[in-house]
Amino acid sequence: MIRSMALALATVSIVASCTSADSQPAEIVLLTHDSFAVSDATLAAFTEETGVAVRVLRSGDAGTMVNQAILTADNPIADVLFGVDNTFLSRAVAAGVFSRYRSPALDTVDVTFHVEGDMVTPIDYGDVCVNYDRAAFDESVIPIPAQLADLADPVYAGRFVVQNPATSSPGLAFLLSTIGTFGEGDDYNWKDYWTDLFANDVHVTSGWSEAYYTVFSGGSGEGSRPLVVSYASSPPAEVYFGELDESPTGVIAVGCFRQIEYAGVLAGTKNEAFARKLIDFMLSPTFQQDIPLNMFVFPANREAALPDVFIAHVTPPIDPIVMEPARIEENRERWIEEWTELAR
Amino acid sequence: MSRRRLTPGATAALLGLPVAFISYFFVYPLTAIFWRGLTATGTLSFDPFLDVLTSPSLRGVAWFTVWQALVSTLLTLAVGMPTAYVFARFRFRGRALLRGLSIVPFVLPTLVVGTAFLTLIGPNGALGIDLRGTVWAILIAHVFYNYAIVVRGVGSFWEQIDPRLEEAARVLGASPWRTFTRVTFPLLRPAVLASASLIFLLSFTSFGVVLILGDLAHTTLEVEIWRQTTAFLRLDVAAALAVLQLVGVGVLLVVYGRTSARRSRELPLQAGDTARPPRTRGQRLFVWTTVTFMMLFLGIPIAVLVVRSLRPAGGFGIDNYVGLFTATDSAFFVTAPEAMTNSLLFAFAALVIAVVIGVLAAVSSAYSSSRIAAMIDSGLMLPLGASAVTIGFGFLVALDEPIDLRTSIMLIPIAHALVAIPFVIRTSLPVMRSVQQRLRDAAAVLGAGPLRVWREVDLPIVARAIGVGAAFAFAISLGEFGATAFIVRPGNATMPVAIFRLLSLPGATNFGRAMALSVILMVLTGASVMFIDRLRRGTGGDI
Repeated sequence: MIRSMALALATVSIVASCTSADSQPAEIVLLTHDSFAVSDATLAAFTEETGVAVRVLRSGDAGTMVNQAILTADNPIADVLFGVDNTFLSRAVAAGVFSRYRSPALDTVDVTFHVEGDMVTPIDYGDVCVNYDRAAFDESVIPIPAQLADLADPVYAGRFVVQNPATSSPGLAFLLSTIGTFGEGDDYNWKDYWTDLFANDVHVTSGWSEAYYTVFSGGSGEGSRPLVVSYASSPPAEVYFGELDESPTGVIAVGCFRQIEYAGVLAGTKNEAFARKLIDFMLSPTFQQDIPLNMFVFPANREAALPDVFIAHVTPPIDPIVMEPARIEENRERWIEEWTELAR
Repeated sequence: MSRRRLTPGATAALLGLPVAFISYFFVYPLTAIFWRGLTATGTLSFDPFLDVLTSPSLRGVAWFTVWQALVSTLLTLAVGMPTAYVFARFRFRGRALLRGLSIVPFVLPTLVVGTAFLTLIGPNGALGIDLRGTVWAILIAHVFYNYAIVVRGVGSFWEQIDPRLEEAARVLGASPWRTFTRVTFPLLRPAVLASASLIFLLSFTSFGVVLILGDLAHTTLEVEIWRQTTAFLRLDVAAALAVLQLVGVGVLLVVYGRTSARRSRELPLQAGDTARPPRTRGQRLFVWTTVTFMMLFLGIPIAVLVVRSLRPAGGFGIDNYVGLFTATDSAFFVTAPEAMTNSLLFAFAALVIAVVIGVLAAVSSAYSSSRIAAMIDSGLMLPLGASAVTIGFGFLVALDEPIDLRTSIMLIPIAHALVAIPFVIRTSLPVMRSVQQRLRDAAAVLGAGPLRVWREVDLPIVARAIGVGAAFAFAISLGEFGATAFIVRPGNATMPVAIFRLLSLPGATNFGRAMALSVILMVLTGASVMFIDRLRRGTGGDI
């Protein structure tokens, strides 16, 4: 009798210690990239709802972050990762970084964003598109290019600036959009297109900031070239941060590349239950409606309301290029090397 | 040599902390990440080395890395030495201010300097020449960044050399040039070598400048290691490149360590200021020309930033500054006062770590005849020549046990200190080696114990040099040097992080505020360094 009571007590205490360790951590840790931003009130809302604080760890650009998650896969430094995009997704999944979770909130997200296997959950998306300087084209007889192929036309010689796909995320996205547009076939393929672009004196910078702020002429850019690889959300950002009524820049809606950002529960987390709650929360209207003006991307939840500046100043991309993460992973290194050969 | 008198036991005691620090925060993480890279296939493989050594493009990268670093070092010395001389020997109005300002470029984020340079010497550059993508842009930027190392490092040593030695040579009929080559330069050599080694290593591992101002044909090993790691996750190739980079740096440091120890000699160094006002017309002209050149060379890119910071959307004014302190825009994820506080706290922590470790290592190297001390002194230079991305990822792989430091906030000042320690050692060691033994003997004869001798004889002479190193340590941390770009950061954003964030979104206020915050970073750096300069001046009395 005494023995069985002791056993029962022991069992109770083990169960109690398990649940207390699992049920209410003081905080959970979110690993993300440097571009992550939300309002303080948003994360506070999660804490209010669950009693658990969110500690945010930032770790360089998205590529650096994914590599950090892979290097620590056996002993994760966080519970949830946010910000892996479709260009790095396959690598992270293959390295076993994530633990499977299908959020009930996924129903609010367009099925084209869903990922097979539910290792990660789509949170937001953005489109990398060619932007143009409105004033420059207003003053010129040259028409605004209608599609990517036009940029190879000699009338646009010396007018276009792109980023190096080996060192820049929009640069890689643009390379992928040219591969998606022109293909790898025997006819006029992406390499032929880039050969023409280089012959057309396309300017290559290492990163987005240099391209936009020092080479591009539109908006807050101080350079002389009226065409730049940027985002579909750049015009509303120009309006919002420049306190303007009209955007000084426009978007060429054809030939955009769609970047989707995902969040996932990190495998090996000790706080699986709350990590999942954080994923659900990231798809909730509270978080989703906070995304546009903080990160200048679009909420994945189709029920989330967009801010006015987005409604008024976004040109929706026409048939954006969507590429399978597995295809990107398989070919990225080769494509970048081949591009580098063409660029030399 | 009788002057090296630390016992082996005392040497070991002094070296304990530096050795522990460098082992745990440098050797161990690097070994861990190299092991990880070279065993990526499951077994230890040296094939990546063969791949690297047989690849013509990687050999080209290695060659470019070495020669641009060499040329950058020589150019910086050529440009910086006259200024070092002027600051060491002449007293003139604005000297303290200009000396403080000379360090300002050192802390500017490369993205900001790159933008300023592109405005000046890029396509449609304001100076009418397009140097972008040429090696000249990279070399000029390296001189711009490292100018202060010569002006402050060599300058402070020069200042302590008794000018009567040069005057004696002149009285005996030597020409100014002959005086310089036969008297001054041989005396200065340890300090020149020390500064040159720092500039070489910084240029050798140059990352941001090369990324922004270079092009596909001009890239360094550091950029290539980063590209292989973060773009391709080719840890094996990256590890092989990083090992080769480190071996190159190691060879250089061994050669350097031998030369600098052999060349150093005792000198009648002064603790006080030896500078005088320029007397002849030639001297005044020289001071004026040098100072004007310095103000133009360092001042023009800085002026570009200041002007841009004063141009809010469609006008001219201080809106960007006001915005930094009042904005609650959600996208600006940290306020300026918060970022400034974080930066200053990290810088103070980095300074303390770097000065403690650096001085312990320098003392044990200067005052003992132990070879091990000299080796450790060289070993502490290695982090300056090692790849930042490799160290950063090494922390992640290695520092999880016994205490998980991988996401600790202390990792940030520690990473800064790794880069700053060599500056403390290199500025103080030449001075420590030069202190005359007869001064110490005199003190000992008068009854002072070894510690008292050090405090009363060495410290007043050495304090100024330690101060120079401390100022660099502070600046290195303010400028976020080293592996911090590749370690995980808790929420505490610093000024460079905030600047980077602002420059990642379109819009006039973002750009303007990034420029404004850069200007604040410069002012804060200049003011802090002048404050440190003043402190050290208070410690040294004339002897």
